[in-house]
Amino acid sequence: MEIGLAHYLTVAACLFTLGMFGIFLNRKNVIIILMSVEMMLLAVNINFVAFSHFHGDLVGQVFSLFILTVAAAESAIGLAIIVVFFRNRGSIAVEDINMMKG
Amino acid sequence: MPADMLNFAAAYPEMILAAGAIALLMIGAFGGTQGNSDRAGWLAILALAATGVAVAMQTGTERAFNDAFISDNFARFVKLLVLSGSAVAILLSMDDLRRAKADRFEIPVLILLATVGMMMMISANDLLALYLGLELQSLALYVLAAARRDDVRSSEAGMKYFVLGALSSGMLLYGASLLYGFAGTTSFAGLATAAAAPNAAANLGLIVGLVFLLVGLAFKVSAVPFHMWTPDVYEGAPTPITAFFAAAPKLAAMALLARVLMDGFGGLFIQWQKIIIFLSIASMLLGAFAAIGQTNIKRLMAYSSIGHVGFALVGLAAGGEQGVQALLIYLAIYLVMTLGSFACILAMRRDGQPVEDISELSGLAQNNLPMAFILAMLLFSLAGVPPLAGFFGKFYVFAAAVKAELYGLAIIGVLASVVGAFYYLRIVKVMFFDEAKPRFTPAAPYVRLVMIAAGLFVVLYAVYPQPLVAAAETAAKSLQL
Repeated sequence: MEIGLAHYLTVAACLFTLGMFGIFLNRKNVIIILMSVEMMLLAVNINFVAFSHFHGDLVGQVFSLFILTVAAAESAIGLAIIVVFFRNRGSIAVEDINMMKG
Repeated sequence: MPADMLNFAAAYPEMILAAGAIALLMIGAFGGTQGNSDRAGWLAILALAATGVAVAMQTGTERAFNDAFISDNFARFVKLLVLSGSAVAILLSMDDLRRAKADRFEIPVLILLATVGMMMMISANDLLALYLGLELQSLALYVLAAARRDDVRSSEAGMKYFVLGALSSGMLLYGASLLYGFAGTTSFAGLATAAAAPNAAANLGLIVGLVFLLVGLAFKVSAVPFHMWTPDVYEGAPTPITAFFAAAPKLAAMALLARVLMDGFGGLFIQWQKIIIFLSIASMLLGAFAAIGQTNIKRLMAYSSIGHVGFALVGLAAGGEQGVQALLIYLAIYLVMTLGSFACILAMRRDGQPVEDISELSGLAQNNLPMAFILAMLLFSLAGVPPLAGFFGKFYVFAAAVKAELYGLAIIGVLASVVGAFYYLRIVKVMFFDEAKPRFTPAAPYVRLVMIAAGLFVVLYAVYPQPLVAAAETAAKSLQL
């Protein structure tokens, strides 16, 4: 069986959905949310690279490099905020992020 | 790539501001700690002013970086609003952060970096430029929300903003990847060609990509049903930072939304108009009803801003030149009203401690009539009572909606603003007719200045509205559709 564009897109869509469910269904730990976000971004990268190869156009691969860079900065900031929160609250469980109710 | 495709001149304002932010960071790191934050604040305002001059000196439509960046009348109009919003937010922040002992020089630097990101968003003409601008802005804003490192509510606000912001960036990117795949390009011009193709509405990948992109941007402008972070972030973040959140980023994201939809997806107008109408109605109704039960004034302002986003989206839903013009006028008036209201909230201090409960305002008219009067005018204006500025903002967007034959939307909007008037008027009633509480600590001079300037604008707008209307008209002309 030949592996074509549709296969890559399906994998990416599955990963993206898993990442989104990871954010909403996870009741334990904020770090898991960070991992889920990362997974969503990687799914997007698969999409970009697959499309880039399919079109024979390099823009998609450049885009995915930018996404990788920004994702690194984003996790750094996320971890920093988690550290600050832990110092104040003594916990990073998702159910403890409840000082304000909206 | 030939040199004329780079065309650095179009991006001079962004470069000035970015260089200013980096220089300020160096001054902060190496310049000693004495009077550090005030100096940083003034230097940041200076950098914003220099950038504003550079923006105002540009003319015509310039494209840069292989068409990824565009500087036209529309971009310049919104950029000047965003720059002034950021400058006023820094002005408001200096005294308040000093009293809270949170006056670090990083805060003006972060505000500058966020502003660079916003200017990139406003000028984005390519999905890559859109994403990078949006992330630069968002990353700075996450840190700003958590700026009070010793305060659990501030760090919780930062955390909530970060998680939902990252989720929205993910959705936006997924949309961008689908658009790239099905249109074969990331430039707005290329997307416009793909969207104008005769069978574009049947191109499922393009439509799904557009929807994901819209969801990501709706998070950033906090339109219902993607608004859930707004009340918590507004309540938890330090008040001057909240003022900044309510003012500048909303304008930038809204301008970005307008440019993507009008310039990039003009051909799919019928398709995205339905989504915008839904977002608009949901935001207006939720903004009006959910604010009624609030007791914290910052939370109330959060719901109020959600409602105002709904009204601004009415202009976008109407589409066309008149719709964009109405949107721009609405945003300009909203900016002034919000900054003025937050100046009043910053003036709410008793014994040096900030207070945020609406009941703390009771009887304000008896011991501080000028402030009570100005806040009342701002609240009447937010509610849309004629002849104040807020009424004209609403009038333009509803007129655009009626002209585009969106009668239902206009009627729902008017009804929502009537419901919304209830909670604004409740504050006015508390201030003028309830039993007096002790006096507030006198506010800092700049806070008073902003309050008075916003009050004057709101009251006197009706006398001389032409400059704003004319500027918005020129700006709206530079978008297609």
